[in-house]
Amino acid sequence: MLLIRRFEEKSAELYQEEKIRGFLHLYIGQEAVAVGTLDVLEPDDAVVATYREHGHALARGIGAGPIMAEMFGKVEGTSRGRGGSMHIFDAATRFYGGNAIVGGGLPLAVGLALADHLRGLQRVTVCFFGEGAVAEGEFHESLNLASLWKLPVLFCCENNLYAMGTALERSESELDVAVKAASYEMPAWPVDGMDVLAVRDAARRAVDAVRGGGGPYLLELRTYRFRAHSMFDPELYRPKEEVEAWKKQDPIDGFVGKLQEADLLSDDELEALKADAEADVDEAVAFAEAGTLEPVSDLTRFVYSEDPAEEGS
Amino acid sequence: MSATGGNGPTTTSTPTVTYREAVREAIREALTRDERVFLMGEDVGRYGGCYAVSKGLLDEFGEARIRDTPLSESTFVGAGIGAAMGGMRPIVEIMTVNFSLLALDQILNTAATFLHMSGGQFNVPVVIRMATGGGRQLAAQHSHSLEGWYAHIPGIKVVTPATIRDARGMLWTALEDPDPVLIFENALLYDTEGPLPQDAGPVPLEGAEVMRPGDNLTLLAYGGGLRKALEAATLLEGEGVDAEVIDLRCLRPLDDDTILKSVGRTRRAVIVDDGWRSGSISAEIAARIGEQAFWEMDAPVERVCGAEVPMPYAGHLEQAALPSPTEILEAALRTLARPGR
Repeated sequence: MLLIRRFEEKSAELYQEEKIRGFLHLYIGQEAVAVGTLDVLEPDDAVVATYREHGHALARGIGAGPIMAEMFGKVEGTSRGRGGSMHIFDAATRFYGGNAIVGGGLPLAVGLALADHLRGLQRVTVCFFGEGAVAEGEFHESLNLASLWKLPVLFCCENNLYAMGTALERSESELDVAVKAASYEMPAWPVDGMDVLAVRDAARRAVDAVRGGGGPYLLELRTYRFRAHSMFDPELYRPKEEVEAWKKQDPIDGFVGKLQEADLLSDDELEALKADAEADVDEAVAFAEAGTLEPVSDLTRFVYSEDPAEEGS
Repeated sequence: MSATGGNGPTTTSTPTVTYREAVREAIREALTRDERVFLMGEDVGRYGGCYAVSKGLLDEFGEARIRDTPLSESTFVGAGIGAAMGGMRPIVEIMTVNFSLLALDQILNTAATFLHMSGGQFNVPVVIRMATGGGRQLAAQHSHSLEGWYAHIPGIKVVTPATIRDARGMLWTALEDPDPVLIFENALLYDTEGPLPQDAGPVPLEGAEVMRPGDNLTLLAYGGGLRKALEAATLLEGEGVDAEVIDLRCLRPLDDDTILKSVGRTRRAVIVDDGWRSGSISAEIAARIGEQAFWEMDAPVERVCGAEVPMPYAGHLEQAALPSPTEILEAALRTLARPGR
């Protein structure tokens, strides 16, 4: 969580310096969701994420350097600079983006799970999406199909209360995401997304059930984004007091507090962890700075596969 | 030398089959040859397919491989894309091209995009089949020809089997392709018949084909338009005009070489396109001829396209909205500066 926090703070600085361009969606405040969930996955499970996915990518073990290089548009980036902040991909960890069409990742996750189901593999696909996605038809279609076919998907709805600037109560007739999932005969429950241990506990139970052939599960992870939606957002839609109140539930402070109460983390150890995160981010920035730009002559590569014998993963 | 080498009696026969049977046989072969292949779509199983293409396959291959889906085009197409990336080789059937618009997000934003957006990491070997075209009085939400429109999208291949041979042979090649392939089957063709050797096998997806050689002008057609072009060529023969007919076969990528070689020789071209004229695949072909063969041409390129209306129900109006052999004939005569009939 410290690494994600520092990575995102640094990304905001680099955006101001115009090293990072395009859209940049920061994960600050939501770290416990990605960390708690992805901690329980096996290496060959699959992850489908959204355009606010730096945290998920880091928690999945993708190097901070290649992620930063991607945002710098460098060929050493996770997607050779063709994706940017919103489209981090990594075949080695089965990380299928970085999807920036809200709701678009859900059918994809259903399909990945269908392949595992048909192949008899005991793998799980975890699909992250925001609460804004529940307004999309693909949310309902995907929950229905995954449940109908008993597919091994864990749907993780990160409810940070705002779809860009539209509050949930301004867009939904039924505010309880778990209730929606229940109508598709899917076990679903809300989780305190600011508490990394609660997230991990819920994810553990859900992933075990999904892997055991119990069909899809849904977790509604109640969280809050401390920063603006993107770097262009003046935040006119939510009161400052609300943001400040949520910051008191900072997932990092909360977890550190618990560890210190239990005498499991000294101040020195905490400072050392922060210094490690700082060093990792500095190293990532140096890696990105030192990266190279893909030659323009390669512009039209990867529109079609280059090796006809290439197979799907 | 004949295909059998001329040694003794041939072991292959050439039965007459329908286009529908050819597609079904292609699906059956794929399911038999590769256990990763499965068919998924609305009513492909118990109902037997909206156009009866998959009739009998459920009994033969079972529910795991012949999968009826809910009416959720975006999600079952997206699931096909995901399953393809997950190591399977799905054939996704969309009932008709108009319904594919509900899945356009997945086709364009995911299938066509992932390989590039992931820097070459994730190819999408999905095959999506759908019925297309008018002529059955199904009106404005079941009758359009949007294959040319799909051909606008880089990252996918768009094929339009117009012959029994291609209906039989393109599917396997599409399944072996590492990238998304969209197969458009003109619904009027399903009942058409033709000879198909029992040992007919896979054919290349790409490459236009000269279906009728000729010297005076070139008729370029695809899908349901091919038969009309061939009919027009017969009518032109009666007028003393020797027309070459080319089946485009694949709308993305287009086979510029075959097109340019033919029009460079005949110096006249008529493009037959069931789609709407503005921004159509025929416009693209005409532009390419203009760009690459301008000085070879003896007449402006002519186009015979679908009328720019949502497809009407009434039979006479629908026929008026679709290209006809007579219109192709007249367009051909215009390129020869001869008065129409």
